[in-house]
Amino acid sequence: MSLRPDLSIISKWIKPGSRVLDLGCGDGALLAHLQADRNVTGYGLEIDNNNVRQCISAGVNVIQTDLDAGLSDFYAESFDYVIMTQTLQAVNYPDKLLEEMLRVGREGIVTFPNFAHWKNRLQVAASGRMPMSHTLPNPWYSTPNIHLCTVNDFETLCRDRGIRILQRTMVNYAHRRSMGDHLLPNLLGRIALYRFARS
Amino acid sequence: MPEVIPEDSVGLVTPSSIDFQGPLALDCGSTLTDYSITYETYGELNAARSNAVLICHALSSHHHAAGYHSMDDRKPGWWDTCIGPGKAIDTNRFHVVCSNNIGGCHGSTGPASINPATGQPYGKTFPDIVVKDWVRSQALLADALNIDRWAAVVGGSLGGMQALQWSIDYPERVAHAAVIAAAPRLSAQNIAFNEVARHAILSDPDFHDGNYYQHNVVPERGLRLARMLGHITYLSDDSMHSKFGRELQAGSPTTGYDMEFQVESYLRYQGKKFVSEFDANTYVLMTKTLDHFDPAAAYNNDLSAALAQASAHFLVIAFTSDWRFSPARSREIVRALLDNNKEVVYGHVEANEGHDAFLMKIPYYMDIFSAYMNRVASEVEPA
Repeated sequence: MSLRPDLSIISKWIKPGSRVLDLGCGDGALLAHLQADRNVTGYGLEIDNNNVRQCISAGVNVIQTDLDAGLSDFYAESFDYVIMTQTLQAVNYPDKLLEEMLRVGREGIVTFPNFAHWKNRLQVAASGRMPMSHTLPNPWYSTPNIHLCTVNDFETLCRDRGIRILQRTMVNYAHRRSMGDHLLPNLLGRIALYRFARS
Repeated sequence: MPEVIPEDSVGLVTPSSIDFQGPLALDCGSTLTDYSITYETYGELNAARSNAVLICHALSSHHHAAGYHSMDDRKPGWWDTCIGPGKAIDTNRFHVVCSNNIGGCHGSTGPASINPATGQPYGKTFPDIVVKDWVRSQALLADALNIDRWAAVVGGSLGGMQALQWSIDYPERVAHAAVIAAAPRLSAQNIAFNEVARHAILSDPDFHDGNYYQHNVVPERGLRLARMLGHITYLSDDSMHSKFGRELQAGSPTTGYDMEFQVESYLRYQGKKFVSEFDANTYVLMTKTLDHFDPAAAYNNDLSAALAQASAHFLVIAFTSDWRFSPARSREIVRALLDNNKEVVYGHVEANEGHDAFLMKIPYYMDIFSAYMNRVASEVEPA
């Protein structure tokens, strides 16, 4: 089973033997990989029935729950990493959830589609309409992505909330890294990957 | 009655019984000198004796969980939706054991059994039973069946609580525990419902202080009321609405105190049927057992501390419309397991059927239950 490239990058950030909480863990691919390859233990939180079923089949400890209900079931600092891939933009209170991530975990890892990518900017400028793309496939009225943000937005929020960014990687939508992404991340990066902790 | 036995049924089954030469020490301090446990098994035990699954039954249930006793049976065992070839608890892969709890009225020693000390039925002198006693007696049954460790202990409702207790009392003997539509202990509202049910039985003039056997009567009215009340709590408002709505029994309204609505007819039917298959003393005893279930009590009311010694992997499932043991109650169990870094899967099933949902063939429920049990089976099968 080959891992999605962004998940593959994240899995290299995780120290072997760590305890991980994966918010919106999908089909459990990342946790299953971390369990098998990096001796990681932990849980995935997921709301979608089909994903939960796949997690169970993959041997992942999945808790079926709504992330918007918060992480009150978890003690402070009970995980080494709290991960949230491609979900930050779809929750009701992304800022509160970031704080929660750093309450229950020592480090947080998020990935999200960078709304300031040049193609999105071009679509808005040229057509005057909300952009749609591979990473943002839904029209504005039915998108689950209710809190889209840019690389600059995210880093500003982190600064305001006393969150220290430890690592940042930008990938394109084939989830590959490129030189341009590194130079002008907010313009050229399609998907942002961050690792962060309390300042 | 089945014209032919369905292919995914365990088929015709016969209960077995083991007479134990006691004494069985009970938590209340007394002992049962001689006692028997009635049980059924489905599916083959493998050579390594590692594929055994214990099913724990709910309040008003028994050992007949799957299949048919005869071709005249109107219905199969109570959990036939989940137990059988190719079903969630796949009898092609598991050896399934289901026993009638001590204090029951379907073969295992209970209040209607003869007390060897007096030669009379125990009646209300049958000792108080707690869930730990059931677990202890089932551990002795496992010994008798030469099963060291259960691949899984599985139960819904009170049976789920029993599975939880197993994981605490015999961690080394439980690989997986499936705790379905359960709660870590009853709420005051739950106890209140049980109390009304008990009161109906105890206040029936035919109860005779529990000695109705000697009077050749049954406290029918009380038992019927208890069951009717129970049934209301097993269903949801939605499921009652979709089953009966406000449909009239006779098609048109009647006058006076006569039964009018179909839901009344349903409850009366359930009450009447129950009288012919259940013992009133057992109902009183087992509702008490349910009320007293509280594994956290011995740990300063800290459920996390109670579960610290468990080593099983857990499957916890709750149903959205279950207001008897709501999903929030299952989440209490999940939280205590998370506190302990235990292996746990929690499934939250959308269902309109109320508490009874755990007995029903709800597609998503069957999906996750099967997916979990499939992993349990693959762990005990030779690679």
